[in-house]
Amino acid sequence: MGTPAIEILGLTKDYPVGFWRKRMVRSLDNLTLEVEEGEVFGFLGPNGAGKTTTMKLLMGLIYPTSGTARIRGRAIDDIQMHREIGYLPEQPYFYDYLTARELLDYYARFSDYSAAERHERVERFLERVGLAEAGDVQLRKFSKGMLQRAGIAQAILHDPHVVFLDEPMSGLDPIGRREVRDIIHELKQKGRTVFFSTHILTDAEMLCDRVAVLAGGKLQGVGAPNEIVSIEVHAMEILFEARDGRSLPAGIAGRATQIGGRIRVEVPESELYRALDELRSCEARILSVTPVRPTLEDYFLLLVGREKAISHAVEVNPR
Amino acid sequence: MNVTPAAVAINTFREAVRDRVLYNLVFFALLMIGAAIFVGQISIGIERLVIINLGLTAISIFGLVMAVFIGVGLVYKEMEKRTLYSLLAKPVRRWEFLVGKYTGLLLTLCVNTAFMTLGLAAALFYVGRPFVRSDASILVAVYFILLELALVTALALFFSCFSSPMLSTLFTLGIYVTGVFAKDIRDVGELTNVSAMKTLTSVVYYLVPNFHNFNAIATAGHGNSVPFSLIWQNTAYAVLYAGVVLLAASAVFSGRNLK
Repeated sequence: MGTPAIEILGLTKDYPVGFWRKRMVRSLDNLTLEVEEGEVFGFLGPNGAGKTTTMKLLMGLIYPTSGTARIRGRAIDDIQMHREIGYLPEQPYFYDYLTARELLDYYARFSDYSAAERHERVERFLERVGLAEAGDVQLRKFSKGMLQRAGIAQAILHDPHVVFLDEPMSGLDPIGRREVRDIIHELKQKGRTVFFSTHILTDAEMLCDRVAVLAGGKLQGVGAPNEIVSIEVHAMEILFEARDGRSLPAGIAGRATQIGGRIRVEVPESELYRALDELRSCEARILSVTPVRPTLEDYFLLLVGREKAISHAVEVNPR
Repeated sequence: MNVTPAAVAINTFREAVRDRVLYNLVFFALLMIGAAIFVGQISIGIERLVIINLGLTAISIFGLVMAVFIGVGLVYKEMEKRTLYSLLAKPVRRWEFLVGKYTGLLLTLCVNTAFMTLGLAAALFYVGRPFVRSDASILVAVYFILLELALVTALALFFSCFSSPMLSTLFTLGIYVTGVFAKDIRDVGELTNVSAMKTLTSVVYYLVPNFHNFNAIATAGHGNSVPFSLIWQNTAYAVLYAGVVLLAASAVFSGRNLK
């Protein structure tokens, strides 16, 4: 196996707090993690879990209390490492007196491109993130979603090998989120490594080869998303429309709820096929069958509250 | 060639020229120079002296206001608004960022000072006075103002690396005022005959930048020439002092955790 794209070794960050700044609060506790080249890696955790702290440590924006990290074999304090990475900060804010075109041109100047190459890239990436028409609008007039797109464009403008995205879907409408997912897919197809933090479990499920779950500054587990999520499926939701004049089977009628003209019923996973057979027998029109999972928020609450139990359940590759 | 500081400098310059506050300041400076014409007209016999004195003073004061108020926000604003995050994730060293910010503001100050100097030249031209060889001292006085602003900007940038704009303004202006009166402070110390006071005022004299030496307004007003030795001494002094302050700023900023 080659050099990992990201190698984090015992990274710890303490912050001083209080008036005299003598009390220390641990924001990240001995994080050890490896991300392979070409992986899309999700970094999950509730607010205050230490996700952004980790990203900032890797970007050299803050310094670790202890531990170290390497990106493509280069130490994080090596300036050359920054040529190989792209970074979208959480809730990005850019120079609002610049237009999107000027902003990308500014960032492209740090990548040794000729003026013609710079121009070509700026136009290509404005187009890629759907900002071609707003390219000459000052960023102060941009919506949150547009800023996020500009942020993504600057992160991938120089074709980095490892892309760090801190909450990339934040502030985006469904179309924008889909576009970001497409970009992440594209990066993966090009063999790039993507490390992104998110609160949105479905995004992690759809995109990630592996995810890490962080809570209270500690790594709770690393594994494929389905390994973490599948254990949480505790029911199946069936949405259907009943045939006029046909009564529902007793086993279903008892737990059905009417939503407009549709009926929703939750059954245990083991009873799904029997329930579907019963509905078919009474000629109901099945609209959807969806696994019922707790929301990520529920999951995080559980994590924080019952750290040990959950860490046992999700720890796929204990480190 | 390292293009990073240049790119940051151009962006800083662009920020400044797109700020309306800057234009207001330049407008008021030109207004003051214009007012000098009026004051000059009622100052019988010393019209030239009044216009040059008031004009150069306006250039100095408004330059100082710009250097301090833009300078104290140079780094702080980037940290506060988190625009630094995406920039420092690029191959940009922190000292390169600082040098770029410093150079960008200096460029802004040079352009503004050039505009204001043109305003002063226009005022002198308006009162119908032909330009003579000794007017070169006006340009020297403007050059000294720029050196002074280079120092003030370095100080403002230094404080901007670790304190809020309000505190940075107080610190910078405090050092500026102390620097203007550095020689007087030392003289007061000499007069006290208290050795501790003598030592303290001497330390202050050598520590703070001696801004008094950069004031050639009166010399220019009277049409006297400025000795060449003073020009190069002031240049060397400003370059060295600003260099040391920038090094200190770089050391402080490089060790900072960005919140």
